[in-house]
Amino acid sequence: MPRKTYRQAINEALDCEMARDENVIVIGEDVAGGAGGSGEDDAYGGVLGVTKGLVGKYGRARVIDTPITESAIMGAAAGAASTGLRPVAELMFVDFLGVCFDQIFNQAAKFRYMFGGKARTPLVIRSMIGAGMSAAAQHSQALHPIFTHIPGLKVVMPSNAYDAKGLLIQAIRDDDPVIFLEHKALYDTQAEVPDEAYAIPFGEAEFVTEGDDVTIVAFSAMVARAKAVAEDMEKEGIEVELIDPRTTSPLDEEAILESVERTGRLVVVDEGSPRCGMAADIAALVASKGFAHLKAPVAMVTPPHTPVPFAPNLEAAYLPSNERIAAAVRSVLGETVPAE
Amino acid sequence: MQLDRPTLIEAYRRMRLIRDFEDNVQAQFEQGRIPGFVHLYAGQEASAVGVCLHLSDEDYIGSTHRGHGHCIAKGCDVTGMMKEIFGREGGLCRGKGGSMHIADLDKGMLGANAIVGGNPPLVVGAALTVKTKGLPHVAVSFTGDGGSNQGTTFEAMNLAVVLNLPAIFVFENNGYGEGTGVSYAVGADSIADRAAGFGMPAKAVDGRDFFAVFEAAREAIERARTGGGPSAIEVTCMRQHGHFIGDAQAYRSREELERVRADDPLRLFRERVTGEGRLDAADLDAVDAECAKAIADAIEAAENAPVPCQDELTTDVYVSY
Repeated sequence: MPRKTYRQAINEALDCEMARDENVIVIGEDVAGGAGGSGEDDAYGGVLGVTKGLVGKYGRARVIDTPITESAIMGAAAGAASTGLRPVAELMFVDFLGVCFDQIFNQAAKFRYMFGGKARTPLVIRSMIGAGMSAAAQHSQALHPIFTHIPGLKVVMPSNAYDAKGLLIQAIRDDDPVIFLEHKALYDTQAEVPDEAYAIPFGEAEFVTEGDDVTIVAFSAMVARAKAVAEDMEKEGIEVELIDPRTTSPLDEEAILESVERTGRLVVVDEGSPRCGMAADIAALVASKGFAHLKAPVAMVTPPHTPVPFAPNLEAAYLPSNERIAAAVRSVLGETVPAE
Repeated sequence: MQLDRPTLIEAYRRMRLIRDFEDNVQAQFEQGRIPGFVHLYAGQEASAVGVCLHLSDEDYIGSTHRGHGHCIAKGCDVTGMMKEIFGREGGLCRGKGGSMHIADLDKGMLGANAIVGGNPPLVVGAALTVKTKGLPHVAVSFTGDGGSNQGTTFEAMNLAVVLNLPAIFVFENNGYGEGTGVSYAVGADSIADRAAGFGMPAKAVDGRDFFAVFEAAREAIERARTGGGPSAIEVTCMRQHGHFIGDAQAYRSREELERVRADDPLRLFRERVTGEGRLDAADLDAVDAECAKAIADAIEAAENAPVPCQDELTTDVYVSY
């Protein structure tokens, strides 16, 4: 099977669905490479580089460059979705949520329920999350818990290229608004990705590694870090079961509870801020529905409750490191006192 | 443009239906029968009807918190609306939206919207659908003077111009955003002039005059239908009631409130069409009686409708907990 980058996988998903359904459009800043300049068309496929080539195939009527106007992009995409198109709107950096949240959470998310089931809003909002590139406080956040908090939104966070393609195809075919969060540190990572279209259902976790000693639940870019820790631990004879939920809403509760029932020990690794985040949410899930199986307190590995710092050393200290994940695993195994 | 008799009667019928609807909603609210917040459209009827008479079910509108008039002008069923406002089964949104969220997508009514400035970007999206699919339809955003100051509205106007979309921005300037006057809150001399600054044709019309609104809307909608892009219309009108039912309106002078009654667009319409001999008073009286009965029936149906069944709480949304 061919190996492809996360970026290519997302591009292929868009291509597959645009070819399949003429109602699928792509809209956002520079997605057709920028309009109105003096140079070449489709120069770079947007700042994420994932839409390159689409405008050549599908034209500017379906790959629509916009001004820098996030409220209008999100609102127009929501309005278009509720009237018969299936827009994929790009909210370049998730941090820009701050200038357009109303159109997402008060408008798109609410139509189906608030209008008594008549409205369908098949909208996908693609956006980039995450730290690790010194993009600093306004271009590095992982805001998935905010979306997850909103009823009516589905939230997807692929951790690898294979999942990115299958989950994006599923997102485009879904009739609800879907927030599709791409981690900026993953665009050049590779995996085996089939050429043909395939859809991965929402709410089905991936068991990345299997084991009976400790359960780790990790999201997005944290999956690779947790996997590295799991592989190190295996050398010591500690068997880690690593779960990648892939979607935070819906969340595969069953997979997590079933695993903890076997292991009795849980570490949650997430890049979101600690308060009211996914780590706290999953800890609460297991405390309320799986408490009897727990042999140790749940360990949460998250950044501190601070904005994302700029300086590379500070940013490295901000992100959950392999060392902190390993220390958390040891703490739930009772090997050492937790460091924090 | 000279309107024929059936069109004149239909225009009056829709305006009268709105007025009766609102007067009765107010009475029902004051008797404690309607939950929540209600904002009345009375006094602004010529705006909604003057625009929507040009639209079919395939055309779209987006509305505001003061949306009952837009719904009725666009053809929403008044019984379904009344049940919705009462929070009953059979309401247009099955009792899950209420006064501020009445929608009927089959009628091209994309929803009242409780966020000021909430609908213009959505309407731009509906216009994008129309253009992308090559359809001859249009999308109209109704916003108030308050909404005209919101950034979302500015962005929506700019994007509509950039993408040359069949969108019409109707700014109903009723003099107040909640309790704050337009002379204070709108920095520009004119909302229409400010809209023109975005690069689209814009006109200001007297919203007491149905015929003025109708003509301005005809021109803008025709332009949009034939690929001429977006337009804006500022409709200056009078809010007969407060911002919400129960608003004492101490921020408005006694003289102004008296003038509001004198400037009633329904009365002005009646005087004009009968004075010019285009309709008889008897024609209009018959419409009055028809509308009064329709609203009385709607209230009776709403009062007698059951409340939504408890299962409605968790339908029409993905629920995991």
